[in-house]
Amino acid sequence: MYPEDVRYTENHEWIGEEDGLYVVGISEYAQEQLGDVTYVELPEIGRHVRQKEPVAQVESVKAAEDIYAPVTGVIVEVNEALEGEPELINLDPYGRGWCFKMDDIDTAQYRRLMNREAYEKYLKSL
Amino acid sequence: MDLIYEKCNHRQAFSIPKGQIPEVSFPQELKRQHPAELPEVSELDVVRHFTHLSQRNMGIDTNFYPLGSCTMKYNPKIADVVSSFAGFTQLHPQFLYSEVYHDCIQGALELVYHLEQLLSEISGMRAVSLQPMAGAHGELTGVLMISAYHKHHNNTHKKTILIPDSAHGTNPASAAIAGFQVQEVPSNSQGTLDLDCFRKSMNDEVAGIMLTCPNTHGLFEKDIQEIAELAHKYDALLYYDGANLNAIIGQCRPGDLGFDVMHFNLHKTFATPHGMGGPGSGPVGVNERLLDFLPGPRVTKNDDHIFNLEYPKNTIGKSAPFLGHFLVAVRAYVYILMQGSEGLKEVSRKAVLNANYVLAKIRSAFPPAYDRLCMHECVLTAMPYHDFDVRALDFAKALLDRGFHAPTVYFPLTVKEALMIEPTETETKETLDQFCNTMMELAEQAKQNPDELRKAPITTPVQRLDEVKAAKELNVVHPVNTSKP
Repeated sequence: MYPEDVRYTENHEWIGEEDGLYVVGISEYAQEQLGDVTYVELPEIGRHVRQKEPVAQVESVKAAEDIYAPVTGVIVEVNEALEGEPELINLDPYGRGWCFKMDDIDTAQYRRLMNREAYEKYLKSL
Repeated sequence: MDLIYEKCNHRQAFSIPKGQIPEVSFPQELKRQHPAELPEVSELDVVRHFTHLSQRNMGIDTNFYPLGSCTMKYNPKIADVVSSFAGFTQLHPQFLYSEVYHDCIQGALELVYHLEQLLSEISGMRAVSLQPMAGAHGELTGVLMISAYHKHHNNTHKKTILIPDSAHGTNPASAAIAGFQVQEVPSNSQGTLDLDCFRKSMNDEVAGIMLTCPNTHGLFEKDIQEIAELAHKYDALLYYDGANLNAIIGQCRPGDLGFDVMHFNLHKTFATPHGMGGPGSGPVGVNERLLDFLPGPRVTKNDDHIFNLEYPKNTIGKSAPFLGHFLVAVRAYVYILMQGSEGLKEVSRKAVLNANYVLAKIRSAFPPAYDRLCMHECVLTAMPYHDFDVRALDFAKALLDRGFHAPTVYFPLTVKEALMIEPTETETKETLDQFCNTMMELAEQAKQNPDELRKAPITTPVQRLDEVKAAKELNVVHPVNTSKP
């Protein structure tokens, strides 16, 4: 349920490297807590964002929550498929439900994020 | 049930009286090309249609309504009677600005003036304006005053408003619309504001802090004094969200606790029928620092006991046309006079007692989010039924089948599978017992027969709604076809 090859934030985003870019989405725990996602507002491409800055928003039947930038960097791509099919976040949060891709990231910040083991331990503490 | 459009049989319940004004001929291009597709039925059919609709309402006059955070208490009918006096209902708002009618509105102005004084006394604030139309409008008005205050003092560095993670969503919205950046402050393990995080978040850029007390966990912010001191050290203003004022009314006053500005929800605390778009009223109260920034015009009284309108020196201007929702103010005025100071103290005592009674009766099945005494509402969790795939939503729906309005669910966002129950002070022990027994039965059913619970409601006019579809494919237009047969 929590892939090994990505890193996690306390706010339940995941970020993983793919072809030189960094893909960001929300974790299995986050999608489960939100319930059925009905709308996703994606960030502007080219936007420079700081770590923990709210950059996207995800709305479900229960709540609207911000997605925060897991690290400082630039937004270079967004998952346009989510506009028509926001439920991809529920169905496949680490695959087709990815939210945006980042470049020029602060790799030191990235390395300090939680790995799977630490994140699972963190979830147990909640 | 058919829509009124579907019942259309082209009988007319109304005929337009012949006017004394001569008919004017319009140019052809301004005329309607096709008849307006209005639903036309006989008078009796209109009466039956809307009576049937009204019979499907679930309201405080028909059912127990423990919708947390909304204070759905009984609204004494005498307040409705008084607010329907012709002397109030027949006033035209424009009389306010008319020399000719100045005498006609003295009574209304006196009521506004006196109610503002009563609210000042109740809250410990220096002055109150009745203008804002509802709670969130009061918030926006309050935050705009904070903004005006800092502009007036050239505090250009003041950019952020601190808001706890348990706050109502309207708080950050109001702050953002007033041009501030919002910074969230987390709750601690006790369910109140995390004081350490708050201290770390405080700096010169903080323009204000918005607090709800008791907060949305139904808990009193016990560190309020320290929060106020720290806020004022940085020249930040402390905002009291009065959404839960009913829990402390007559026991303590926001003004005495160190708050600089606040709003009241007259419709909640002072009992006006509300919900589903019913009228609200969100007066703002301020202390000395913000007195000159209040919205205007304000009602003043001169030495001859004549009431007039005046704008405060640095007013933020009008926050609403005329004097706000005047007839809601009339109801609040009646309610306050009827209760008297002893009655109002009894309101908060009983509201807190009832919430704790429910908490104690059902906590074995629905554990509290924070294990302590609550104020006017209790926040419980349906997490024990997660493994049976029964959620807070299923309990909410099942309650409808048993004749109770659902509690608030999934709020506050800080609590998993939250059930937020506000019984209010007006319910009897017998009603609370029925509700608690039902909750305990549902808890048992969740374990024994979860499938049944997930099917609820089955007795209501519409059954389980597809919330995802409703959110994704919003369609509020009904195809109209009233063409003559």
